[in-house]
Amino acid sequence: MDIQMLAEDVPVEGEFSLEGIDFITSGDQYLTFLLADEQYAVDILCVEEIRSWGNPTRIPNSPCYIKGVINMRGIIVPIVDLRMKFNIGSAIYCETTVVIVLTVETENKTRTIGFVVDAVSDVLNVEASDIKSAPAFGGCVPQNYLQGLVNVGENVVTLLNVKVLQEIEKHQLI
Amino acid sequence: MTKILVVDDSNSIRDMVSFTLKSAGYETVEAKDGQEGLSKAQAGAFDLVISDVNMPNMDGIALCEELRKLPAFKFTPILMLTTESSGDMKMRGKAAGATGWLVKPFNPEKLLATIKRVVR
Amino acid sequence: MSVDLTQFIPSFLEESFEGLELMESSLLNLEQGDDETINSIFRAAHSIKGGAGTFGFNHVTEFTHLVETLLDEMRDGRRNIEADDVELLLESVDCMRLLIEAIRDERECDSEKIAENSKRLEEALAASGSVMSEALTINADDAPTDNSSDIARWQIKFIPEHHLVQTGNDPLLLFNALADLGKVSLEANTKELPTLNDIDAEELYLSWQLTLHSNASEADIREVFEWVEDECELIITKEVQDQPLEAVTEAVTVVNTLEGSSQNEQADLTPPIEAHFAEPTPKNNTDKPVSKSKNDLGSIRVGVDKVDSLINLVGELVITQSMLSELGSDFDLSKVERLNAGLEQLLQNTKELQESVMRIRMLPISFAFNRFPRLVHDLSKKTGKEIELILKGEQTELDKTVMEQIGDPLVHLVRNAVDHGIEPAQVRLAHGKPEKGTIVLDAYHQGGSIVIEISDDGGGIDRQAVFNKALEKGLVDEKTTLTDSQVFDLLFEPGFSTAKEVSDISGRGVGMDVVKKNIQSLGGRIQVESEQGKGSTFRVNLPLTLAILDGQLVRVGKEVYIIPLITIVESLQPQKELINRVSGDMLLYRLREDNVPVIPIYQLFNIPCEFEHIESCLLVVVEADGQKIGLMVDDLLAQQQVVIKSLNDNYQQVQGVSGATILGDGSVAMILDVAGIIEMALTKAQINQQHQSSVQSQITRSISAGVNA
Repeated sequence: MDIQMLAEDVPVEGEFSLEGIDFITSGDQYLTFLLADEQYAVDILCVEEIRSWGNPTRIPNSPCYIKGVINMRGIIVPIVDLRMKFNIGSAIYCETTVVIVLTVETENKTRTIGFVVDAVSDVLNVEASDIKSAPAFGGCVPQNYLQGLVNVGENVVTLLNVKVLQEIEKHQLI
Repeated sequence: MTKILVVDDSNSIRDMVSFTLKSAGYETVEAKDGQEGLSKAQAGAFDLVISDVNMPNMDGIALCEELRKLPAFKFTPILMLTTESSGDMKMRGKAAGATGWLVKPFNPEKLLATIKRVVR
Repeated sequence: MSVDLTQFIPSFLEESFEGLELMESSLLNLEQGDDETINSIFRAAHSIKGGAGTFGFNHVTEFTHLVETLLDEMRDGRRNIEADDVELLLESVDCMRLLIEAIRDERECDSEKIAENSKRLEEALAASGSVMSEALTINADDAPTDNSSDIARWQIKFIPEHHLVQTGNDPLLLFNALADLGKVSLEANTKELPTLNDIDAEELYLSWQLTLHSNASEADIREVFEWVEDECELIITKEVQDQPLEAVTEAVTVVNTLEGSSQNEQADLTPPIEAHFAEPTPKNNTDKPVSKSKNDLGSIRVGVDKVDSLINLVGELVITQSMLSELGSDFDLSKVERLNAGLEQLLQNTKELQESVMRIRMLPISFAFNRFPRLVHDLSKKTGKEIELILKGEQTELDKTVMEQIGDPLVHLVRNAVDHGIEPAQVRLAHGKPEKGTIVLDAYHQGGSIVIEISDDGGGIDRQAVFNKALEKGLVDEKTTLTDSQVFDLLFEPGFSTAKEVSDISGRGVGMDVVKKNIQSLGGRIQVESEQGKGSTFRVNLPLTLAILDGQLVRVGKEVYIIPLITIVESLQPQKELINRVSGDMLLYRLREDNVPVIPIYQLFNIPCEFEHIESCLLVVVEADGQKIGLMVDDLLAQQQVVIKSLNDNYQQVQGVSGATILGDGSVAMILDVAGIIEMALTKAQINQQHQSSVQSQITRSISAGVNA
């Protein structure tokens, strides 16, 4: 699936001709996706690629939400099932199940991890002023993963902090 | 195009000289000592030779003497790179047939300004 | 014209370090060396000084100048080569290294040490009466143009000697250079020109009278003629006022060769012809932003031959590719044979390409060995033991990464040999050995690995002392009978030291365990051989490269794992009668004399498998750290070379797995870490041990002894 194509399908306020790469907008762009029927989004600049679900190779003694690793053009990329990690919905794998591969650069290295989600939906333009802080009511998603909330029409989209998503918790064996 | 042979055993100096010359539109050929310089000189004609003095295998003075023996290099300008500003080294260079010398350290601007005295 | 010099700094640093290494090793060999030795030291210092000056590291230039002066005296025979001077020079090399490291790391360096060393160098030079007055040109000199001075009119008379052009000088170009300083007009004097018959084409018969309007100083003008001043008569006079140009009444010849730049400005028909040259062009000051040169990314210097062979191979690969794609464009079954041949060729090309690429990472081990002559020299001074160091097999090639990480362990082993191995001179003499001790560093290839040996002709390891120490530490009990090698292995136990007095050289026995750990982390192993009174040999076995591994593919359930071939002792179909079940949970397999603990991978990794019972499985017996275990797998697949990929980059270290690789079908497979698996099994056993019978704990102990030894 191509982000570019997605972007072309998405009407952006004040921009009607959306051809090529010129979807000029202000604010940041986010890729929204579904976990069960909830909408989440991540900074589109971190998105390396979107790929369909394929069986990864298991990592021995890893937590259940780490599905394993795949080969992405010679790079070994771990796959995390976000639904299992956040305990949202059920982890079934069907045709629309996709993996969003995110790359984040930290001080001295880049880290690439794939995240299993139910479906990718939109590209969203968000002004910084539109981001509301998430209420600290306990949900399934731990507070530190949340960057904020954005209202889109009737719906609320939860922005996720990619840096925190990329941290792999040290887990002990056996 | 003006073609220059750059002979120096130090990579960084050789790279610097060569890069400077190339960016000024000259064509360069590099050699890492007198021996290699001589064989490259024998293989093709040059408009200028810039050579370090202190080098293993064959030093710049010997290279200069050898080059002057070649008909193709009889009138070719040969500049010696030297850290010794003393007259002694210059005399030795001159005696070997060098055209002139460049006293290290020099900067790229100085290099380009100076070689204008011997190449078009 | 501005060139960003910072781009050459990494290469300057690299060659400076190489130069320093050469200086150091040559200084250590100076006694045996010939004239060329001191010459090469001098050259190295000279290059560093020149480079440092060019790139603006003036403090390095200043310091190196002192070193160079001292070396120059030695080279010219004005100074005898004394041990003290060599020592001073060695310390100076250290200082230069500090200075250059400081540049590399972009930090300040210990200026006190440098100053102290400079002072000693100066004293040494003063003692020999060497005059230190030689001015040191430090700055890459910018043309000293005095802008405040007014434009002056200079008269320059230039009468070259007839042979001037034979040194490659060309008056015309000199005039062009002069024109960079200001406005030039000139006239040529042809009086000396002989008749046509007498002209020698290689001689120059002209002389010139030039007029220059410029704010340049006389020195600036002289500089233009610097290279010819001995071969010409040059008279430069300054006319105070810039007066309008006057006609000069002399016989003149039009110099036509002033390529298009000559132009008749005066409407006057009479000469002189004025040659107008371009005004000095303003310096282009739009410097590029100084890009910080970070050297974090390691670089490799690769021989041209290696690169050439790569290019050749890629060329062949391209040919094979085009052949195959042509074959594929209209394929029918009649071409199967050609297809097979093509694929065979592709396989060959790929293999060669892989080997070639690997070779790029290979460096001669002399890179790691180079530091030892100095180390031994210093240690020998410190301990008062006379020691000769012999280096062998320095050209043996080793992967760069392995090389970088083996340095420290080797240093430790060599220090250990000096400190604990070689006896003091009196002791040696008393034992009828030569007074001078010998340490040999040797490297050679053996199969797919490289062996590095550190041997000394010292006292050897006192077996009993080691054993007693182990007893004291509770590592063994009195009844244990151990082979020599098992005893020596105790040396690598944490916190083990047999030196009766702790010295500052090998420290407190911290280290040998670290040495072993480091070597193991490189996938290598270390063994000791020793004979009391005769000496010891530490033998380090390392894989040639960390990037590729010969592996046995095995299947457990649906998963494919790779077992490093080097660890495999044998693979077998278990025979029922040889399987022993002890303490309920533990399986032992009788392999000739040994009882090998059996570890089912499916249990260890918590994955489904095809066969749960050992009888239906295959057993791969592997060995690490002297401990054998049997890995239970469902099936043996192919053997192949695999490229090791780290799991750490995007994930984290996984116990029991040393990395991953990509198989032919594009899928990922885990590479098993045998030592890690033994450790896992051990941990598991230890947990069980708390509620299990003593039989089990015994097994655990035996595994544990194997693992930690």
